[in-house]
Amino acid sequence: MQRPGTTEQQHDTVDMMLNMGPQHPATHGVFRMVLTLDGERVVEVVPHIGYLHRGSEKLCETESYAQVVTLFDRLDYVANLNNELAFCRAAERLMDVDVPERAQYIRVALCELNRLASHLLFLGTYAIDLGAMTPIMYGFRERERIQNLFESVTGARMMHNFIRIGGVKEDVPADFVPRTRAVLEDVRKGVDEIDRLLTFNEVFLARTKGVGVIDAATAISCGLTGPSLRGSGVAYDVRKDDPYEIYRYLGFEVPVGAAGDCWDRYYVRLLECYQSIDLVVQCLDQMEPGPTMTQRRRIARPPKGEVYVHCENPRGDMGVFLVSDGTDKPYRVKVRPPSFCNLVALRPMMRGEYIADAVAILGSIDIVLGEVDR
Amino acid sequence: MIAGLTGLWTTLRWLFKRPVTAHYPEQHLPVQERYMGFPALLWDETADEPFCTGCMVCVRECPTQCMSAQMHDNPRFTDGASHRRKIIETFEINLNRCILCGICVDVCAFDAIEMSHEHELASYGRAGARADLDLLLAGGRHYQEETSWVPLNAEKNVAGVALAKKAAAAAAKSAAGPPASPAPEGSDGAEVDA
Ligand code: SF4
Ligand code: SF4
Repeated sequence: MQRPGTTEQQHDTVDMMLNMGPQHPATHGVFRMVLTLDGERVVEVVPHIGYLHRGSEKLCETESYAQVVTLFDRLDYVANLNNELAFCRAAERLMDVDVPERAQYIRVALCELNRLASHLLFLGTYAIDLGAMTPIMYGFRERERIQNLFESVTGARMMHNFIRIGGVKEDVPADFVPRTRAVLEDVRKGVDEIDRLLTFNEVFLARTKGVGVIDAATAISCGLTGPSLRGSGVAYDVRKDDPYEIYRYLGFEVPVGAAGDCWDRYYVRLLECYQSIDLVVQCLDQMEPGPTMTQRRRIARPPKGEVYVHCENPRGDMGVFLVSDGTDKPYRVKVRPPSFCNLVALRPMMRGEYIADAVAILGSIDIVLGEVDR
Repeated sequence: MIAGLTGLWTTLRWLFKRPVTAHYPEQHLPVQERYMGFPALLWDETADEPFCTGCMVCVRECPTQCMSAQMHDNPRFTDGASHRRKIIETFEINLNRCILCGICVDVCAFDAIEMSHEHELASYGRAGARADLDLLLAGGRHYQEETSWVPLNAEKNVAGVALAKKAAAAAAKSAAGPPASPAPEGSDGAEVDA
């Protein structure tokens, strides 16, 4: 470009603003990123959220405690049971209810199955984000087995409303244990298959190794939790560090990564699939007959007070802050959704990376917009 | 070279396996026994009337407020053919709003409503998804036919059983001591509220 008053050629570039989303297929929902690009490098990223806002937290204030569970189903809609558990634990803590042991085992087994289903979805969609078409077929095929299992236990494939305040809705069907074992065997093979196909695949490594690196200190200061944090080498897992339900009876290792890049975040999730399978098997081994509900109390009416409870969801640390004013409806429900908090880490991960890797990085923190926007 | 052949082998192997997908409109996968489809109202064969007394508990507890119901006096009660003093007159569920949560089934004290296995309800208009009493009862009857549904609390809720029990109690009373006063009316009529 020839500038007026100058004689020599000057390369004067301006940054380009690029809108990614809200209808971009790789954003897994309606999510918009405004990228500032210097050539092919990302200089700045501003996430815009709110396209899926349904006012769930406010709605909770107008519903009775039993009805709120149905709203929690719809926060993280690929890990419904984990959300239900978070809310029910908050209400139980407030009401000082002890949950029968069998109910706790059923809850944990179902939650781990849900984690497995959620991670399988991640493995599939992450591969498709990077251009690999096959793993999503494998992922969905295996997830389908788990969904069928859920259907036979809870009656619904996704919106279960199965975990209730004080226990679970009903006992598992008689064939639950053998059936689950068979499903887990199949799923393990399916995960093996994805592992063989993807993990050390050269193309996959080229797209993910050293991409979107975030070090442990930055990750912690961003409030990153869950597998994304463990990818950076921080062994923080609510199931281990603040055990709830019957996790203290189960033996498991928390897989951690080292480099904090996309590949580590992927690999931690893959290992967690195996870990979840083992956890479910342990639950099935230890489960003993017994009641599955404290007592059939029609209307939950916790005393005045407030409580904060957190659980390990597939995406990270899910917190529920519940305030009760002594009526049958919550006074305030505040959710700390892991996906929302993990989005903060998007900027340090993405700055300085290539635009082509933006999708890989966004996919690697595995957000669910239902939870981000609430 | 080796890797390529391995890949090709995988592809070939899958080529000869049965597909796991079902071609939906032609092929229906069976639903599980506990499957929760649209809610349906059940039919009491012994009194030839619905179980539902129109007590409105489910209407109040429904998280999406998609139901409405109205009760009236049960003519069969005066005939002695039923133990329900009140009976449902109109009932409507907007299935577009229903989230299939099953709360209505949990709160119903009369075993009157159940999540059927019905899950296909495409319609041409918005009003097509508004299920009225007849449609809900038809769904319930279909559900009763295809599954071995039994009421949770038959003693209280099935008219035949409840009436027989009441008659037996009255007979025992009249045998024990004259004069035979008319049997006290069933205390679990429509006014019972959960
Ligand atoms: S709670 Fe049961 S009996 Fe009462 S209106 Fe609903 S379905 Fe009918
Ligand atoms: S299933 Fe839930 S949403 Fe549907 S009618 Fe019953 S209570 Fe209402």
